Amino acid sequence: MNCFACVEYIIVALMLLSAILAVEWRDLLAAVVGMAAVSLFASLLFFMLQAPDVAMTEAAIGAALSGAVFIFAIKRTRRFETEEEEKPGWWVRW
Amino acid sequence: MLKRALAIISLLIIGYWLAQGLAGVPFGQDKMLVGQYYLNHVREQTGAVNAVTAVVVNYRGFDTLGEVTVLFIASTGVGALLWRKKRERTAKTEGSVVLKTGAELLFPFIVLFGAYIFIHGHLTPGGGFPGGATIATAFLLLYMAFVGYEIPHRAFEKVEGVAGMGYVLVGLIGLAIGGYFLFDWIWLTWKWGAENIGRLFSAGFIPVIYTLIGIKVGTELSGIIDNMLKEEVGE
Repeated sequence: MNCFACVEYIIVALMLLSAILAVEWRDLLAAVVGMAAVSLFASLLFFMLQAPDVAMTEAAIGAALSGAVFIFAIKRTRRFETEEEEKPGWWVRW
Repeated sequence: MLKRALAIISLLIIGYWLAQGLAGVPFGQDKMLVGQYYLNHVREQTGAVNAVTAVVVNYRGFDTLGEVTVLFIASTGVGALLWRKKRERTAKTEGSVVLKTGAELLFPFIVLFGAYIFIHGHLTPGGGFPGGATIATAFLLLYMAFVGYEIPHRAFEKVEGVAGMGYVLVGLIGLAIGGYFLFDWIWLTWKWGAENIGRLFSAGFIPVIYTLIGIKVGTELSGIIDNMLKEEVGE
């Protein structure tokens, strides 16, 4: 039995996880890494759904160039989200 | 807390609604109407083996022109937003020796591979946009590795404009010969390369247009990188 669907489920789960982490992380460089990971998994998923053209474009744009552009923007602004509230801890964000 | 809970609840409602809408569409079933026409006629009508690039450049060429325009506007917008009289690269840390040597060695290979992608757009997956992005990645590598590196601006901007005008010009020649904009005159009128479908010199104007698009996208994205990496310096 080939487990094509299992691999797809794993990729979709990883993609969801990295998307959530990309929004959750306060370190913007880490968020860029999460976004690039989303792009990578999207590219793999496009490839597994037999769309190599889209997969190549997604990999070239999403993984390399947009990540680089985001990092340049972070370099010229700030690296951390700084909205401090009264109580520190993960529940503050909620 | 409340804001976040409300956002999650509304997102769940929207997601459920979308899933309900998509539940009536079985995955992977053959429901092609126009798509079947494309797959049946792509060879004799465009000469391309890759149906995706045939659709993108030939059947729906106007959309590709729009995409190229969007990229051009993005590049122009970045240039306009970050415009200063005197701007230089202010990077201080030079790349390590390994990075510099690696970038020097890899640069021609990446450019070659990008050119391969956009020249063979009608045969293999890819096309102008991934090829151009690959070439821009090569320039990004040079920017990362070398502190003082800058793309030759005059040449790059001219090449970008000429490539964009070339696309429109090919379309206008089609208008003159075939009667509508982006008419594939090389294939439909000249029948050039009609006997070697699947080889390099076939597929009408798809390789021509994809070469132009690849050069344009490559220079544009390199220009965006250049704009974002330079900072204002005092007089």
